[in-house]
Amino acid sequence: MFSKRLRDMLGGSVPGEQRQDKLGNQPQQQEQPEVRSSHGLEQFFSALRDTVGLSLLDMGGASQANVSFITSLGHRLYSEDFIRSMEQTFGTADFYANQGDPARVDTFLQQMLTFPDGHFDGALVWDAFQFMSPALLHPTIEQLSRILRPNAYLLAYFHADERAATVPSFSYRITDAKTLLLSRRSRREPAQFFNNRSVEKLFKNFQSVKFFLTRDQLREVLVKR
Amino acid sequence: MWNRRKEEEAAPKPAATTPTSNEFSREGIPMATMTTRTSDDSHRGTAAIGKSVLIKGQVISREDLYVDGEVDGSIEMEEHRLTVGPNGKVHAGIKAREVVVLGSVNGNVETSDKIDIRKDAKLVGDIRTARIVIEDGAYFKGSIDIARPEPPKPARPAASAAAASAAHTPLPAGAPDGKR
Repeated sequence: MFSKRLRDMLGGSVPGEQRQDKLGNQPQQQEQPEVRSSHGLEQFFSALRDTVGLSLLDMGGASQANVSFITSLGHRLYSEDFIRSMEQTFGTADFYANQGDPARVDTFLQQMLTFPDGHFDGALVWDAFQFMSPALLHPTIEQLSRILRPNAYLLAYFHADERAATVPSFSYRITDAKTLLLSRRSRREPAQFFNNRSVEKLFKNFQSVKFFLTRDQLREVLVKR
Repeated sequence: MWNRRKEEEAAPKPAATTPTSNEFSREGIPMATMTTRTSDDSHRGTAAIGKSVLIKGQVISREDLYVDGEVDGSIEMEEHRLTVGPNGKVHAGIKAREVVVLGSVNGNVETSDKIDIRKDAKLVGDIRTARIVIEDGAYFKGSIDIARPEPPKPARPAASAAAASAAHTPLPAGAPDGKR
C-alpha cells in the first residue's frame, strides 16, 4: 500500500521504480543495475574525441567501469565521491540544515575542489547537484567554473518530478560512450527541484546549457564552460 | 606413548618468519652462489608488519610485504608486492610492483604493474599504475594515471635504416674515427 502511494507520488517513472512495478519490489532484484541510454554522455565524450591526455573529474566516486572506460580513451581521471563526502561533512540527520552553515561549506569546498584554475577538461557531476541546498550549490558551481578550463563540458542529471517526496541517488557506471548502468545507492529528499529555467539560471555564467529530453524523470544537462 | 606425545608438543617449533641460516649468511657468500639462491625467491614467505606495530620512516623491502599495522613515511619495494591488510593504515608514498589495499592508504601510489583496491578499502592519493582494479564498496579519492608500457620498437627496420643512413650520409671531415 505504502509502496503504491510512493510510486504514485513519484509518478511511477523514476528509473528503478519501473522495475519494481514489474518485479514486485523484491529486495534483491531492486539492486540490479538499470541500463540507460544517455545522449548527454554521448555528446560529452564526442566533445573529447580526437584528443588524449585530458583530465576529467568524476564526482560519482570511483568505479571499475568508469576508470576503465575513461583511461582506455587515454585520459586521466580524478575520482571523488561527492555525495559520500557530503554525508560525512554535513551528517545524515540534519543534512540540509548543516549545508546552511558557512563554516562547514568552506571546509567542505576546501577539501573537495582545491585544484588550480582550469585544471579539468570535463566534469561528470551526475546527480550530486540535486542534493545540495542553495547555500552549498552556488559556491560549488563557482568552484567548478574556476577549475574547468574554458570550453570544457560538465554533465549533470536532475530529477524532474516535482511531486516526488524522495528521489533515488544512483551510481552511474559507464558501459560505453552512450550507455550507463544505474545502480541505486539510496533515496533521499531532494534539496530543491529544477525546471529548465532554474537550471539555466544556475549556469548563467557558463557559455551554454543543453537539455536532453528523456522518457523517464531524469533530465540530462550538458553545460559548456 | 603418552609421555612421548607430550615431549613432541613441548618441543619448540620454528617460527614461520624466522630467517634461515642461509639468509643470515647471505652477505658473506660469493656472487655465483647468490644467483643460484635467488631462484628460490618465489618460495620465500612474505614479510609482515603486525597490527600492533607502528613504523615511522622509510621502509625499503626486497621481498613482498604485508602491512596490517601502521606505517608513516614511505614504502619502496619496486619489484615486489605490498599488501595493506584490513587493519593496515599507511600514511606514506608507495612505490611497488603491485599493491593490494584492504585497509587504509593515505598517500600517492606508483606501481609498475597493478593496484587492487578491495571492497571496504580506503585510498586517498594519486595513483600511477599500468593496471587498476577497484571493487564496489571501495573508497577512492584522487587521480588515476594509467602508465601504458611503450610497445617495443621493431629493432630490425630501425637498425637497417640506421645502417642505410650511415652508408649514405657523409660524415663531417672532423668526425672522430669511432663514429665512422
